[in-house]
Amino acid sequence: MPNPAARQQNAAKAEARKGASSEPLTTMSVIAPAVAWLIPGAGHLIQKRWMRGVLLMASIVSMFVLGLLMQGRVYRLNGGDILDILGFVGDVGAGGLYIVTRAMNWGKGAIAHATADYGTKYIIVAGLLNFISVADAYHIAIGKKP
Amino acid sequence: MTLELSHFNAALLFSVFASVVFGITQRNTTRDQVRYGLYCFAMFVGGIFVAGWVMWLLRH
Repeated sequence: MPNPAARQQNAAKAEARKGASSEPLTTMSVIAPAVAWLIPGAGHLIQKRWMRGVLLMASIVSMFVLGLLMQGRVYRLNGGDILDILGFVGDVGAGGLYIVTRAMNWGKGAIAHATADYGTKYIIVAGLLNFISVADAYHIAIGKKP
Repeated sequence: MTLELSHFNAALLFSVFASVVFGITQRNTTRDQVRYGLYCFAMFVGGIFVAGWVMWLLRH
């Protein structure tokens, strides 16, 4: 059975480990992911990661817009087929782009040519890539990534 | 306005955009980001060709 001094030392070590693993909750760690979701790449821009932000924004926005131009379909909130639900989750990842698209009633997905299905995939993947971008913006905000 | 890309061009553009995001988000230093982005792009394009040949073999 460990003596009280050793027990105290172990407790101090456990506390130190706990402190090291928990991330500090700062204003930026809340704002950056929210802004990153709403405007792809903006989470990096507000943290002065200019080049990364611009490249992320260009890639995700281009992908989403190209998907729309290819007559891709934008999923609505639905409770039907599991693939439709997952499609909606992917689309929502694009944040502001999705909101604008829905508001303008674009993305009806009238499949007029063979590669129109690519458009649907482009839109979903743009949203999924934005989820990764949001996580990256958060990691920068908490200091986990330079 | 409607955009009609060939299957190859659509897959190539997809590879470019996805590789840029993967490179930036999955590595820390600029050098590593560029290297990983290029690696992802090469894997995507390699995958396109492999899938193309597999489909050709299945067809014949």
